[in-house]
This record gives sequence, structure tokens and C-alpha cells, in this order.
Amino acid sequence: MLLGPSLLVSAILFVIGVAGVLLRRNAIVIYMCVELMLNAVNLSFVALSQVHGLSGQVFVFFVMTVAAAEAAVGLAIILTIFRHHKSVDLRNINLLRG
Amino acid sequence: MHLPLDVLALALPSQAEVTAAAPEGLQLSVALIIGLPLLGFLLNGALALWRPAAKTAVSLIGPGVLLASFVIAALQFRDLSVLWGASPDTAPVVSLWSWLPVGDLKVDFAFQVDQLSMVMLLVVTGVGSLIHLFSVGYMREDEGYARYFAYLNLFVAFMLVLVLGASFPMMFIGWEGVGLCSYLLIGFWFTEKANADAGKKAFIVNRIGDFGFLIAMFLIWGAFGSLNFHEVFHRAPEVLPAGGPLVTAITLFLFLGCIGKSAQIPLYTWLPDAMAGPTPVSALIHAATMVTAGVYLVARANLLFALAPVSQTVVAGVGALTALFAATIGLRQYDIKKVLAYSTVSQLGYMFLGVGTGAITAGIFHLVTHAFFKALLFLGSGSVIYAMHHAYHATHSHEDAQDMRNMGGLFRYMPVTAVLMILATLAIAGIPPFAGFFSKDEILAFAFGRGEHQPIFRLFWAMGATAALLTAFYMARLIAMTFFGPNRTGEEERKHLHEAPLTMTGPLLLLGILTVAGGWLNLPEFAQSLGKPEQLHHWLEPVLAAGTRASEGLGMLATLPHGSTEETLIGLAVAIAVIGLLFGFVVTLRAPTVRAHDAPADVGLWNVLYRKYYVDELYDWLIVRPLVAFSRVVLWQSVDQGTIDGAGVNGAARFSSALGWLGSRLQSGQLTTYVTLFLAGVLYVLGMVSWR
Repeated sequence: MLLGPSLLVSAILFVIGVAGVLLRRNAIVIYMCVELMLNAVNLSFVALSQVHGLSGQVFVFFVMTVAAAEAAVGLAIILTIFRHHKSVDLRNINLLRG
Repeated sequence: MHLPLDVLALALPSQAEVTAAAPEGLQLSVALIIGLPLLGFLLNGALALWRPAAKTAVSLIGPGVLLASFVIAALQFRDLSVLWGASPDTAPVVSLWSWLPVGDLKVDFAFQVDQLSMVMLLVVTGVGSLIHLFSVGYMREDEGYARYFAYLNLFVAFMLVLVLGASFPMMFIGWEGVGLCSYLLIGFWFTEKANADAGKKAFIVNRIGDFGFLIAMFLIWGAFGSLNFHEVFHRAPEVLPAGGPLVTAITLFLFLGCIGKSAQIPLYTWLPDAMAGPTPVSALIHAATMVTAGVYLVARANLLFALAPVSQTVVAGVGALTALFAATIGLRQYDIKKVLAYSTVSQLGYMFLGVGTGAITAGIFHLVTHAFFKALLFLGSGSVIYAMHHAYHATHSHEDAQDMRNMGGLFRYMPVTAVLMILATLAIAGIPPFAGFFSKDEILAFAFGRGEHQPIFRLFWAMGATAALLTAFYMARLIAMTFFGPNRTGEEERKHLHEAPLTMTGPLLLLGILTVAGGWLNLPEFAQSLGKPEQLHHWLEPVLAAGTRASEGLGMLATLPHGSTEETLIGLAVAIAVIGLLFGFVVTLRAPTVRAHDAPADVGLWNVLYRKYYVDELYDWLIVRPLVAFSRVVLWQSVDQGTIDGAGVNGAARFSSALGWLGSRLQSGQLTTYVTLFLAGVLYVLGMVSWR
């Protein structure tokens, strides 16, 4: 039921996420794009569970759990970076430059 | 370590025949004879490291192990002479373990006890024991007493490996080992740079000779596929065509080794410098034993030399030239040990003249008698130096205790030493019936005899005879300057001059007896009335038989002249000795000698002799300096600093740092770059997977 369109939407969302990660400089926006990619994957999991059984749906819960934990850690890091640099523009954050 | 049970593998005839006759405890004896000095080295070495003050223990261990070795050797000599009396050709080979089994090359850690090594064994342990005893008195007050005996014991152990080894590599172990001990003992008082330099010089000059020994071994291995004495000498007449280039090359390279070890022209320069070591060391290593290793090597390989008459001529020629050349330098040295050092070089020349002529027995005979009288002369000079040193030490004077110009009239203060040294002088000059007369006369007579086949040997004989005259002269000069005439030591010092203690005069006395009686080992035919003639010759005959046959086959066998020629030669030899002695004595005593301190510099020919023909300077200019310059400019600055450091070491560092720089360009620190690369990687992998 609507397998093809669901996967198409999922792919579009994923590409938007990737493009955002690659093109944007704001850490918050990049973080949101990563979430977008996760949810795109979640959507494809749910859609594909029609064909492969319920394990896809169960896996989505795990992804959401990990994403929640990641949100806590990721936002805390971004907050700390902001306190240090007074900015979340990634062009200014290149401490690991070789 | 593999220790086979049937260790008595025997040489020459069939296995079964000889094993029955083999003496039971030979393996144990050989192991003890070599092992005891080695044990002494370990014990004394341990004491030197942890209990340097335990001098009594050192005095017991040092000479004790060697005396024990000597006693075992003497017992073995008694047993084996009975065995050899029955079948003189049997030479037991004692194999302790398999040492170098590499492919076709099989070298056992094996020792060969035949008549020749037995002679050397007895000389090394016997004279060695006396010199060890002497050292107890001479070195007792030295701080490095334990270290001294450790080295000395180690030296004897290696020397025994050298003379007992049953193959060329075994002999080479000893050869290198004694070289090491020689280096350690020359530089024994290493806090003075001159002594350390002398040690290094001896070691480096000997490397040239060792190179020859090694090349010779490679050639022998190539020709025979074996390095064992027994096998090589057994097959030599078939494998090596007589007089061919291969046997000539082998023997000449072997002789190069002898030139280094036995201080012959042109490599003799290290031996006079080696006198920097303690005097008993000079007696043991640089007169009686180690430096005669070259003569032993030629005698051991006598068959190979007999097959190469050209090499024999070279050996005899170098020997004769060295005998004459070194004797002239000895004429004008003032250091008592330097005179004896050049005398040793000269006498070694005689030995090579003997073995080069093919008169192996005569060469070995001179080796033995020389060991007796030269050890006596060196130890006697040690006794003199000891007295002089004490006299100068008592008055805190800094005069040279070894300079004969500071001695004179010492006969009164040390009569025992003086009488014994005079006996040794008569022996070395060739006055009958002392030991040196018989051995030296035999060498010269054989050289004259071989002149029948090769006229050049007449020239060698003439050089040897002239050297004998000079020998008598410089030895008489030494005795006259040291023991006669007015004393020049100094007013205050004179009171402190005294004879050495019994530990030193005792060994001197025993060596004195040997010096007088040594000639009886091998009396010539004409002296039959004195005892059984040619005993040493008959004793060594089994070892030398093959070589004699080969020489005979080539028509080169040296024979003793007979009849009126023989009588003339003997008369001439005695006349030369007497004239040289009297002349040297009178000339020295009539010319006023001044103390070293006030002596004017020598001029003209005397100065050339005193400066040793400037040979050291010549070598310095011709070899040392160019080599140092070449090493500095080419090897160091260009090859090492330029190529290895520049291109190799620093180049590798620069290359990897450039690679690192390139890699670090990727590490931009920009998250976007990383993600892009990461994505590119993922796409690549996915592409690869779905493409398949």
C-alpha cells in the first residue's frame, strides 16, 4: 500500500538532509538536517515493513530512542561551542586542522 | 652441545688399528690442559672485578693452573712417546664437539696431539709457567695484579688452542685469541696514551696478516673441500700440482699471516712498540710463544711449502733480510727492552730462514732454544728494570729506568741476574756449547747446503752470518752498558739498587739451566761425543716425512754440507760470535757513556739506526696519513655526511615529512569537507557493491 510513493518521499527527505549537511554552515541547521535524514530512514523502515514484517517498525523505535539521546548530547555540545566561540558557524570551528 | 661418545677419531692408518692403541684419558687431558688456564682466567677475572685486593689468591691461581697444565702435558708426553715409539705415524685427534657443520663445511672443535704440537705444548706450558712465577714477584705491587693474571691465563689458553688445533679454523681461533690478549697486555697500563696506542698498533698491523691467513683458508677450502690438517696434508700431493700457482698462492697468503704475527719485514714495526707492556709479557708473548706462531704455522704446513719452492725462497729471503735489518737497528738502541725486541725480530728472521730452507727441525729447534734464552734475557732485563725502578722510586727521581745509559756496573748489585744474562748472551751469540750455537748453526748450515740447488740461498746464508756478527755485537754492548763500567744510576739511587727476590731469580735460574742445556735436544752429528745426536729431528720425523719426500721429488731438499766445508762453516760461526762479542764489549766500554739526561743526540748513521731507519715515519707518510686523509675527505665528508646522511637519513626524513604535509592538507578542520569525503566514500562503496 503506497510503497513506492513512501520510498520516494523518504528518498527526497534524505537528499534534502544530505544537501543541508553539506551546504549549510549553522550547526543547529546541520543538526536538524541530520534529524531529517534519520526520519527519512524511519519512513522507509515503516514503509518496507509491509513487505518484510514488523521488525522494521520495531527498529524505528530504537532509532528514535538513539536520536533522542543524540539530541541531548548534540545540543549540549553545540551549546558549549556557542559559549566558547560566541557563534555556531562551522567555518570558524576548525581546531582539528592539520 | 653435542658430545659424541667415541671421541677418539684417529688420524692416519685405519680406524680400528689405531683406536686400540689410543691412550685412554687423552680427551680429558687435552680438555684439562686448555681448560685449566681458561678456568684461571675466569677466577682471576672474577677477582679482578670484585676482589682486586685478594692478591694471595691470585698468586696461587695464576701460576698454579699453568703448572698443573704443564704437569698434565708432561705426563701425556711420557704416555704418547711410548705409543709413538711403537708406531710413529699415529697422531691422535681429539674431537670435543661439532663446531661448524655448514653445508659441506664440517669443522669439529678438535685438537691434534702429534709430535710437533707436543713440542710446542711443552714449551708454552713450561716456559709459560716460569714466566707466570716470575710475574708473581714482578707485578705484585701493581694495582691491576688480578687483571694481569686473568689476561695472562687467557693468553696461554688461546696459545694452546693455537698449537693443538686440528684444523686451520681451530688454529685461527687461537691465532686471533692470542692477538687479543697481546693487545690487552701491551696496553695493560692504558692510562698512558703511548701504551694504549702501542696496543692498537699491534692489533691493527696484525689485521693485515690475518687477512692473508683467511684468504689462504678460503683457497684451501676451494681446493680440498676441507680444512682439517689431516685431510689437507693427506691429499695435498695429488690435489696440488707441485710448484703450481695455486699452492704458491696458498703458501704465500699463509706466510702473509706469519709476517704479521711473527713481526717480519714489512710488518715488524708493531713488535718493538709492544714493549710498552709489562716485561714478563714481553718475555712470554713477544719473545717465547705468540710471535713464534708464524714459524709453527710454516712448520705445520711444511708439506704445502715444500710443494711451492718459490714460496720457500720468499720465506727464507724475508727471514734473512729481517734477521739482518733488525740486527742493525739493535746496534743503536738505548732502551734495554728495545734492544731485546729488535733482537727477537732478528731471531724470528733466523727461524723463517730455517723453515723456508726446508730445515723445519732446525727452525723449530731454534724456536725452542730461543724461547729459553730470550725469555731469560727478557726476565733478566725485567729484574734489572725492577731494581732500577725501585732505586728511582725511592728518591722520587723521574729518570728512565729502562735506559741503559742510566745503568752501568750493575754486576756488583745483582750478580745472579748478571751471570744468568751473560749465559743467555753467550747462547744467543752462538758460543758452543750453549743452546743458541747448535740451533743457529744448523739453520745457517742448511741454508748454505741448499745453495747447491738455488744459489740465492748462499746470499741468504751470508746475510744470516752477518746478522750473527751484529747479534753478538749488540748483545755484548747490552751486557757491557748494563752490568759493567762505572755506575751511572746516581749517587743517592745507588744505595737502593739490590737483587730481585727469590720468586724472580728462581725462574731465572731454571731458564738458565735450560739455556745451557737446550742444545742437547738436537745435537749435530759432529758433536756425538756430547750425547745422542738429532733427537728432535727423529722425534719430528713423522710430521715432516711427507714434506721431505716432496722436496726430494722436486730436487730441492736441503742437506747439510759435510767434511771440510762443514768444519769451515762451524769455525766461521764460532769466530763470528767471538769476534762480535769481544768487539762489542771493548768498543762499548772504551767509549765513554753519559747518562741519558745529558747525552748528546746521535748524528749521521748512528742517528738513522737510532731512529730505526725512519720506517715508522715512512709508513706514517705513505699509508697512515693518506688513509686518514682519504677517510676524512671521501669516506667521512663525502660518503657519510653527503650521501648517507644527506640522501639516506635526512632524505628519508624529508620524504616522509613531505608525504605528511600532503596528507595534512586533507585535515582542513572543516566539518563540511569531512562529510563530503565521507559521502563520496559511501557512494563509492555502494556503487562498487551494486555494480557487481
